[in-house]
Amino acid sequence: MIIGQYIEDAINWMTANFTGFFDAINTGMSSLISVIESFWLWLPFYLTIGLFAALAWWKAGKSNAILTVAGLLFIYFAGFWDETMQTFALVLASAFIALLFGIPLGIWSAKNETAQKIIRPVLDFMQTMPAFVYLIPAVLFFGLGTVPGAFATIIFAMPPVVRLTSLGIKQVPEEIVEATKAFGATPRQLLLKVQLPLAMPTILAGVNQTMMMALSMVVIASMIGAKGLGEIVLQGISQLRIGLGFESGLAVVLLAIILDRITQNLGKSSKKK
Amino acid sequence: MEKIRIENLSLVFGKAKSKALKLLENGKNKAEILDATGCTVAVQHANLSINEGEIFVIMGLSGSGKSTLLRCLNRLINPTTGKIFINNQEITNMKERELLNIRRKELAMVFQHFGLLPHRTVLSNVAFGQELQAVPKAEREAQAMETIELVGLKGYEQQKVSELSGGMQQRVGLARGLANKPEVLLMDEAFSALDPLIRSQMQDELLILQEKMKKTIVFITHDLDEAIKLGDRIAIMKDGEIVQIGTSEEIITNPANDYIKSFVENVDRSKIVTAGSIMFAKPKVARLKKDGPAGVLRIMRESGTEHLPVVRNNRTFLGYVKLEDVLGLKNEGAKTIDGIIREDVMSITADTTIENMLPLLSKTNLPIPVVNEENHLLGVVSPTSIIAESTGMAKTEIHEIIQKAIEL
Repeated sequence: MIIGQYIEDAINWMTANFTGFFDAINTGMSSLISVIESFWLWLPFYLTIGLFAALAWWKAGKSNAILTVAGLLFIYFAGFWDETMQTFALVLASAFIALLFGIPLGIWSAKNETAQKIIRPVLDFMQTMPAFVYLIPAVLFFGLGTVPGAFATIIFAMPPVVRLTSLGIKQVPEEIVEATKAFGATPRQLLLKVQLPLAMPTILAGVNQTMMMALSMVVIASMIGAKGLGEIVLQGISQLRIGLGFESGLAVVLLAIILDRITQNLGKSSKKK
Repeated sequence: MEKIRIENLSLVFGKAKSKALKLLENGKNKAEILDATGCTVAVQHANLSINEGEIFVIMGLSGSGKSTLLRCLNRLINPTTGKIFINNQEITNMKERELLNIRRKELAMVFQHFGLLPHRTVLSNVAFGQELQAVPKAEREAQAMETIELVGLKGYEQQKVSELSGGMQQRVGLARGLANKPEVLLMDEAFSALDPLIRSQMQDELLILQEKMKKTIVFITHDLDEAIKLGDRIAIMKDGEIVQIGTSEEIITNPANDYIKSFVENVDRSKIVTAGSIMFAKPKVARLKKDGPAGVLRIMRESGTEHLPVVRNNRTFLGYVKLEDVLGLKNEGAKTIDGIIREDVMSITADTTIENMLPLLSKTNLPIPVVNEENHLLGVVSPTSIIAESTGMAKTEIHEIIQKAIEL
């Protein structure tokens, strides 16, 4: 196919000509990930569980706190603690970078018609392209390991927060925007004092979605050498060990539920405050 | 004194603006321009002058361009052509910075659905305008408290606005508008979203506030009754055009075209139309001292009437003389009409409404004299025209009814 040929040429050309650029990203990302990772690996498991439980209690109530403790204890005693922390660190790092780019992109596309026209199809593309496809250029750019895994994860996880940030800002009633302008707000004041606060619940829903997408991709990213729970799942597949595959899969599910419950309620409780 | 002036303002929505504008100059109408260019003409050739301290109402049905025109005043929407002056300062050519300053200091706006920040308290909503100007918190909140008291919201300042009723929310909206101490208040259908009872209450309160504040208020509404109640002057818009500008009475008694006529048809005229506009000015009179019984009889014969108002020095109203008395006087051979003037006549001033004239009809069948403060006779209002104005019947119909009543 001709398109495939072009893409291949383009990727090869970028690999050949932007080595320095990719190396710099590689170094930056891997140090970010390793800092986060070593923190969670350093923290004793009971403190981590306590921290998660407190967070869940605060944001999502007592029953979710109990669920969190039970889930994490299961993971610990199943022997997947380190892998879970590696996965979690990778999710945090990727989601952080995805939000770092995603939220401003969302704001931009809400405010600028042309930007929206460009960003929307790109997002459609990013979301519907089978996730595995991102692994290939990631490997070409960054080699095997955790960084290309994070790279593919960022691309895969970014669309929801962009979309929901944009939606949240556009949903701010036109009259409130007009009123703010009528009292002499600068565009910056409009954004910071009105649009972002009013869009916050929607944006936080986007943050939650991005975290979930990141988690699902991080597991897939193990195919190109990202560390964590995905490795064990992969082991289960390649060695046809049903038990191992199921246990590690369950650990992913539990981590997902815990992260979901905590982030889902970010918006609600900040509303109550 | 003139506060706001709009000169030949037109506003076109769409891509082919300049083409649409050219067609507009050539006298094409809205529909033709839409067909030819796909552009919507929202406002065409608007000219307005709004005085300091008046409530100026712009009225029209939805789609008439009234809200769009209002938004041109603070340039939430930029007019396609034309100029706007506030305090003789051109708004339409201002740079962003100057414009922000005008919006902050001189113009405040109140919105139909309030446009408040639901996540904030009443106090911080009211102080919002000053927050944008970076006024220190203590200072702006002290000032906000004053305005909150003014609109009767004291005690509610720490509540979230989303917890308040519609009427209360609009008080917050009004307070926010006033907190900046603006010279001009733009009110866009400010009371239209409220229940009828609350709406009427808010209208009353606005009028009371206006007594104290004397702001220049530009008020948009689609409700004629509201326009009449609030407006010192009213501009009526249709399809982007200003069709008529005037006081409510001018518009009702002298509608510019059939559209406005049909619009004002159902208005309760008796509250608006005054003696000044229905009186018969310069009526025939009998002059004390100058006209003797014979002269008075001649005037009565010529004008076919059985009674005449009597004036002194050509101006001051004294009372009425009746035909039967004058005939008696003539038979007695008197030279003057001094003795027969009936002075027990109720007179009214030119701004008396029909509503207030109606009770007088039960006490007299004479024309009601209209006088000024010095008791000078300005004209007379016939009972027939009072009934005609208040019922909308033609005068001949009323005459027939009266005749029938007499025959019975």
